[in-house]
Amino acid sequence: MFAPLTIIALMLAAAALAVAFSRRPAADAVAYGAVGVLSVLLALWALVRLASGAADISVVLPIGLPWLGAHFAVDGLSAFFLLVVNLATAAAALFGWGYVRAHAAHGHAGDAPAERPPAEGPVAPLFPAFVAGMNLVLIAADAFVFLVGWEFMSLASWLLVLSTHREPATQRAARVYLIMASFGTLALLLAFGLLAGSDGAYAFESIRNSQPGAVAMTLAVLLTIMGAGSKAGVVPLHVWLPLAHPAAPSHVSALMSGVMTKVAIYAIVRVLFDLLPEPQWWWGGLLLALGALTAVLGVLYALMQDDMKTLLAYSTVENIGAIIIALGLALVFKASHTPVIAALAMAAALLHVLNHSLFKSLMFFVAGGVLSATGVRDLGRLGGLIHVMPLTAFLALVGSAAIAALPPLNGFVGEWLLFQAILNAPALPQWVLKIGIAVVGALLALSTALAAACFVRFYGMAFLGRPRGPEAVKAHDVNRPMLLGMAIPAALSVAIGVLPTPVIRLFEPALLATVEAGAFDDRNYQPWFWLAPTSAIGNSYSGLIMVAAIAGLSALLAWVIHRYASRGVRRGIPWGCGFTGGDPMARSQYTPSSFSQPLRRVFGSVAFSARDEVDMPQPGETRAANFRVHLDDPAWRLLFTPIVKLTERWANAVNRLQFLTIRRHLSLMFFALVALLAVVALLQR
Amino acid sequence: MSDFAYDASHLLGAIVLLMSFALLYQNRLFSLLHVYSAQALTLAAAAAWKGYAHDETHLYVTAGLTLILKAIIIPIALHRIVVKLDIHRAVEPAMSIGATMIAGVSLVTLSILLVLPVTAEASALTREDMALSLSVVLLGLLMMISRRNAVSQVVGFMSIENGLILAAVGVAGMPLIVEMSVAFSVMVAFIIFGIFLFDIRERFDSLDIQKIEQYRGEQE
Amino acid sequence: MTFATAVLLQLVQLLVMLAVAPLLIGWIRWVKSRLVGRRGASPLQPWRDILRLLRKEPVLAHQASPLFRASPYLIFTAIWFAAALVPAFSTDLALAPTADLIALIGFLASARFFLALAGMDVGTSFGGLGSSREMLIAALAEPAMLMVVFSVAILFRTTSLAEIAAQILSHPVGLRISLALALISLLMVAIAENARIPVDNPATHLELTMVHEAMVLEYSGRHLALIEAASHVKLTLYVGLIACVFFPWGMATPGQGFAAGLWGLLTFGFKLVAAGTLLALFETSIAKMRVFRYGEFLGGALLLSLLGAIFLYVSRGV
Repeated sequence: MFAPLTIIALMLAAAALAVAFSRRPAADAVAYGAVGVLSVLLALWALVRLASGAADISVVLPIGLPWLGAHFAVDGLSAFFLLVVNLATAAAALFGWGYVRAHAAHGHAGDAPAERPPAEGPVAPLFPAFVAGMNLVLIAADAFVFLVGWEFMSLASWLLVLSTHREPATQRAARVYLIMASFGTLALLLAFGLLAGSDGAYAFESIRNSQPGAVAMTLAVLLTIMGAGSKAGVVPLHVWLPLAHPAAPSHVSALMSGVMTKVAIYAIVRVLFDLLPEPQWWWGGLLLALGALTAVLGVLYALMQDDMKTLLAYSTVENIGAIIIALGLALVFKASHTPVIAALAMAAALLHVLNHSLFKSLMFFVAGGVLSATGVRDLGRLGGLIHVMPLTAFLALVGSAAIAALPPLNGFVGEWLLFQAILNAPALPQWVLKIGIAVVGALLALSTALAAACFVRFYGMAFLGRPRGPEAVKAHDVNRPMLLGMAIPAALSVAIGVLPTPVIRLFEPALLATVEAGAFDDRNYQPWFWLAPTSAIGNSYSGLIMVAAIAGLSALLAWVIHRYASRGVRRGIPWGCGFTGGDPMARSQYTPSSFSQPLRRVFGSVAFSARDEVDMPQPGETRAANFRVHLDDPAWRLLFTPIVKLTERWANAVNRLQFLTIRRHLSLMFFALVALLAVVALLQR
Repeated sequence: MSDFAYDASHLLGAIVLLMSFALLYQNRLFSLLHVYSAQALTLAAAAAWKGYAHDETHLYVTAGLTLILKAIIIPIALHRIVVKLDIHRAVEPAMSIGATMIAGVSLVTLSILLVLPVTAEASALTREDMALSLSVVLLGLLMMISRRNAVSQVVGFMSIENGLILAAVGVAGMPLIVEMSVAFSVMVAFIIFGIFLFDIRERFDSLDIQKIEQYRGEQE
Repeated sequence: MTFATAVLLQLVQLLVMLAVAPLLIGWIRWVKSRLVGRRGASPLQPWRDILRLLRKEPVLAHQASPLFRASPYLIFTAIWFAAALVPAFSTDLALAPTADLIALIGFLASARFFLALAGMDVGTSFGGLGSSREMLIAALAEPAMLMVVFSVAILFRTTSLAEIAAQILSHPVGLRISLALALISLLMVAIAENARIPVDNPATHLELTMVHEAMVLEYSGRHLALIEAASHVKLTLYVGLIACVFFPWGMATPGQGFAAGLWGLLTFGFKLVAAGTLLALFETSIAKMRVFRYGEFLGGALLLSLLGAIFLYVSRGV
């Protein structure tokens, strides 16, 4: 228990040091270097604990609330999430260091930098503080420490978003984020308050042993899903996420999207699977419905975006949806006392947590790399980057394929496990769930297929084709630390995809802590290259054999063709319908919005009441044609705008109280006091 | 009843339902009529098969009535009306076809969820027949509310009636007289509809009921 | 010994799928020509085309990237490997446990991913058009196929194709509403995924209607040969898949002798001929649909397969 606490303290110290030296160029190196080294250490520590199956540890320190102290504990679940958080953080620190150096080396990146050079902003001191906050949440063992860590994480990330405060979009993003974060914390605070009961037993141990009433428990479940769900980006509470995540510098975006959302998932798992007693099936049903909605809407939003980082943020919403679906499945199977199937679903959820933290970080690094090389994040101005940034392009291809859930990469393994869990739906007793899970399965499949379309669009627009703007022409590959920062998650994505079984073995302590069963429980022999979990009704998958067979076949094929058929290549101009030259800006290419037009027409008109507005000049007119796409976010229209209006109406009503005389003000207070005293008197009876 | 007889009657019921979906999918009036006729044909086959498998001769009468009235006479008559009135031959949906189909699947799910708990004790065949015929009825109603053209509303109404016959066929022991009366009431309804169509057309020069709305008394 | 047999059968399967795929296409073209009153080219013609194209030197656009050159190999191998996993004449395949139906769909998705990227690589408007439409089709066809898998897997308690076929052969489940709906949905998906009429027209290069051909417009020489061969193998794969799940009769199971395998091959050939004839008949009797009907057509396939999955719970059994 000493190790994680020390490391968190050292991270805070690094933050303080970075503040102290903020005028010197060394500040960045100190901050990123310290976070990098410390998070590698913490990840290793968690890895060793998971691999050795070490027993849970806990400690109580005499700080914090006087009657409570501060409880810390690490069990299998915490250790797993510590590993996820710190693995991605280490890569982000490496990338961040390179990113800062790239900006320092040539002052401004590109012509119109969308992000301020980070050296000017207070990124360096906040970065370690943000990471420390996330780690604190993971090792907290009472509600007080948990919420302190949670707020630390929220506020540090909020300040990190504000580091680009000169961008006009950032101000709105930060405002919405602050409101939603406060709402989330409030909901969690109330949830813990309900669970702890009136005697204030905030330690997790006593919450576990208490028996809350039915109403309190229902409220606590709903509040937890709302509070943690708003941080994770569950529709319809996702609205802040696509505003705030892209606004921060790219390595921070990676942490917010890839890692901070996982801390929110941890909160859901901790409360619903561990702190609360025996689950009810409708908790899982609720999660399934929310997850399916989140997955489909998230990816549809992502398909409509032209801004690289906003697209990635929406794709995070989609992946969170998939994770929530897996959690919902685990919960319904746990509630129906089939722990082995619950373990399968939980393994899918945890694997997806790990996967998403890797490939989403990778994709945000790619976006950061492209941004730092071109200064542009609008896909409509990029193109052809594969020729000028070949290494980044290759790593981006790995990330895109992984996030589109293509075999043999890790995203596919997560989907595979999830579908195997879904195929066990007939084991449930409730008709609504049996049929509902079929619908959820269809929606999940739809979101996976749309994600592939989304990342074909992303990759094709940014890296393939011809440059659509002058910025894309003179780009260059990024520096070594940045490339290495991308290569680590890319390599891990491939490795997990090819050899998933050892990784899932590693989760075993976390599975036991949540659903009291392992994914391979009734298999005594499980070869390391073969994935055949217990309840995956006799199905198996082997990434390794698959990759070996495909690589072998491809090589053989290429050799045979080049040896016996033809070898040479000629170059020519492509068929452009009569355009042979004179199209230097490649205006005739498909643009991001033309690529998504068919999908927009099929899905967008229903989901977002999307409209294409074309203003075509008459023949002979010289003005430019104009094309606009209108999208209408249903979450804003149906939920937030009415809330804002209602709030305004109340505020106006209450506003009148400001204009009372002093005597009336005093009488208000007097009556309030009397009323409260009366309540106390009544309650004491 | 043998497994095969049982499976076949399932399948025929499912085809009737499938035809209801096909009705929702059509965007031309003539293909709508063809699909309707195919639905009635399947229904006749389902009734005849049931009569054969259960050895209930009166079901043959049902099958014959369905075949002659609904698979042949009514579609031909409607076809002639469409030609004679020179109606615009597109279906003109009030909801997009995709949305209608999604609504249709939700309705089927709803009817399954309704029927399953109620018929927990009944045999699987009755259960399935009830779910199927309730779905066909609901889809017919959906068809009536989601299409603007009066002819497609008539077809929607007829397919509701097909759903009722399917239920009557499925529940063993439904007296023939009930089916006869249902069939004849449909015939009467069809005639009334036909007269209405001519009348509407004569007065308003259109069969789009949206346009007729503006002549409603209370709006003036 | 048994493992050696499985490996041998796997190799035969790999070669059979490759060998018959162009013949199937040739057969379809021949039947279609006959149906519209032409004499038609010999069914061997696609094989001749591929061999000729393989010997030709490709012409690449100046701005084509290495991805463009690598894609044909990846696409072809992914589809070929996927085809090797669909039991055509025997369920005793060595590679069968490495990938189930879900992985098979994943493979097809990978191939499509690279094909769509290759279409966008050169930066012409055609490529983008083709890729964009292909991804629309895939976005609806893939979930429809997964829901078909859902029905089939719940009915047979496995997603392994070899086991599904073996189970149908040993314990037939009879006519099921779910299976009927799944079959219709799978047929619709197969038509869309293989760029056949009414979704796409394999015989035209008419700019506004094409999908698949628009993506591969820039390919030539050996690259085009691979792409064409991949699309032929894909059609054979779908025919094999439908035959394996819905009409597995005649297939050899583990432990049966040489004669059973030979009989399996014969019946597979017969199934291909029948499927090709039916497809040709269907294609000559129907018109191509508008691009914006795709959403309804494939959405219909998805909803049908979902309906099939829902009806699983109404019937007896599950």
